[in-house]
Amino acid sequence: MSDTAELYQTLIMDRSRHPRFAGRPADIVAEAQGDNPMCGDRVHVFVGPDGAVAHESRGCAIMTASADLMAEAVAGKAASEIAALRASFEQVVTTGTADPRLGDLNALAGVSEYRSRIRCATLPWSALVDALQAELAKPNQAEPANFKQAELANNGQAALARNDGQEDHQHG
Amino acid sequence: MSAMLETDVMDMAAIRADFPILGQLVHGKKLVFLDSAASAQKPRAVIDAMVHSMEAQYANVHRGLHFMSERTSDAYEAVRDRTARFLNAASRDEIVFTRNATESINLVAHSFGRGVLKAGDAVVVSEMEHHANLVPWQMLRDAHGVELRIAKITDAGELDFASLEAQFADGRVKLLAVTHMSNVLGTYMPAERLAAFAHAHGAMILLDGSQAVVHRRVDVQAIDADFYVFSGHKLYGPTGIGVLYAKRELLEAMPPFLGGGDMIGSVSYERSTWAKPPHRFEAGTPAIIETIGLGAAIDYVESIGFEAIAAHERSLTDHALAVLSQIEGLNILGQAQDRGGVISFTMQGAHAHDIATLLDRQGIAVRAGHHCAEPLMGRLGVSSTARASFGLYTTHDEVDALVTGLQRVQKMFA
Repeated sequence: MSDTAELYQTLIMDRSRHPRFAGRPADIVAEAQGDNPMCGDRVHVFVGPDGAVAHESRGCAIMTASADLMAEAVAGKAASEIAALRASFEQVVTTGTADPRLGDLNALAGVSEYRSRIRCATLPWSALVDALQAELAKPNQAEPANFKQAELANNGQAALARNDGQEDHQHG
Repeated sequence: MSAMLETDVMDMAAIRADFPILGQLVHGKKLVFLDSAASAQKPRAVIDAMVHSMEAQYANVHRGLHFMSERTSDAYEAVRDRTARFLNAASRDEIVFTRNATESINLVAHSFGRGVLKAGDAVVVSEMEHHANLVPWQMLRDAHGVELRIAKITDAGELDFASLEAQFADGRVKLLAVTHMSNVLGTYMPAERLAAFAHAHGAMILLDGSQAVVHRRVDVQAIDADFYVFSGHKLYGPTGIGVLYAKRELLEAMPPFLGGGDMIGSVSYERSTWAKPPHRFEAGTPAIIETIGLGAAIDYVESIGFEAIAAHERSLTDHALAVLSQIEGLNILGQAQDRGGVISFTMQGAHAHDIATLLDRQGIAVRAGHHCAEPLMGRLGVSSTARASFGLYTTHDEVDALVTGLQRVQKMFA
């Protein structure tokens, strides 16, 4: 199982068992839920007023670790940076080629070998973008400084369109 | 150890040689296929029958006056006779070919549901139905005002008869639609008892036999089933062919499901009349080659015999339950008294998806997820499970390979 050991490496096992950014924060400016209809996995992503991100994950090791590494990577970042990170991250998990700019997120590169599992890694990112979008759609509310509508509109659309893959289904 | 437990009357080497795919390697490992409940592998006899049809005996059915069409129609209709004998139906006209069990249930929900049931009538399903036997009834409820009721199951994964009786108490239930064998818990339903219960309360019974028909002989007359459905592809046949059995008088009272060619008596611009059952329910060119494949699958299964199949799977399931329950932290869902070769489980600390991925890399195919039974997952208090399911080609050694694989997974997640 040397190849699977590569995917389920220490960082992923550690972050899935002991996530650093798990739990609902007291102060939330945006939140969204991501569901994987194929397996019933669910991730709830929260954004705080300072741009801190947290998650509640009910799912596999890949999804939980991905949510936790994402929360760490995007903390305090602008929406445009998050959209760019997400695009780069999706490149990494679909091609398996690490991106030196992504740091620990590269731990999930191995998931590219497991086609049915790629969405486990990308689900938290879909939920995060949904959360930011929902926040921007709220009327008469001061925008959190980090998430500007224009930035999301310019950079997040392609990513948004992908959503959480409702097209998948299984028989049994 | 496993060799001592083999009580087979079947020649496993010969049976496995009948299934070409079982010789494949997956990730460089011998394929251990434990996902037959999702779809079973195909024996050479089925593959050959379908190829032969395309190479030597093919044209559209029920239309041509030429040799090939007549021969193909004969072959197609012979499978109806074969299927009627397989289920011990009273008549070949009680066998309707569909795409799969899902379409069979949708046909009943549409034609019987809208044509015979009335607003205010109720349909009862159980808590352990596949989505295929839940969603069509929800659609009927929303479109036609038929009430949908859910009979509870016990923690052991058996139907709760007290709950069932309560659902029937007001006399409005006109149909009990339940699985004959759970695709998650492996539970067999007491079909004859349920049919007698439904009939005593003025209701019909539909049994989803997708899992059951693979493992045990089904006699629709002995059960006194009103509707019985199954899919060809779980019975070692091809995809795209399913069966609806229904009592003749029910089919005769039901309006068509789909309209088109083959299902009509006569057609004018103003109106059309319907053909008699079963053709009333088979609009358009059917899955001719797949139907011929189903006939070959039934022949294959019956050539081995359900006594041998049932004995093999009982021995396999007993062995699997014994060895799996020795794995620390592994929890098997459901402890029904009467159960078959479908075993769902969870493992402490390891999510079902992670289990499936890690087993896959060892060549072992299991299913992970909600198994198209999302409400049941909620009832069991889990979001997903891993599931190992057996076919007539599954061996005790493969069960042992699963155990070894799970022990490796456990080591990683410990």
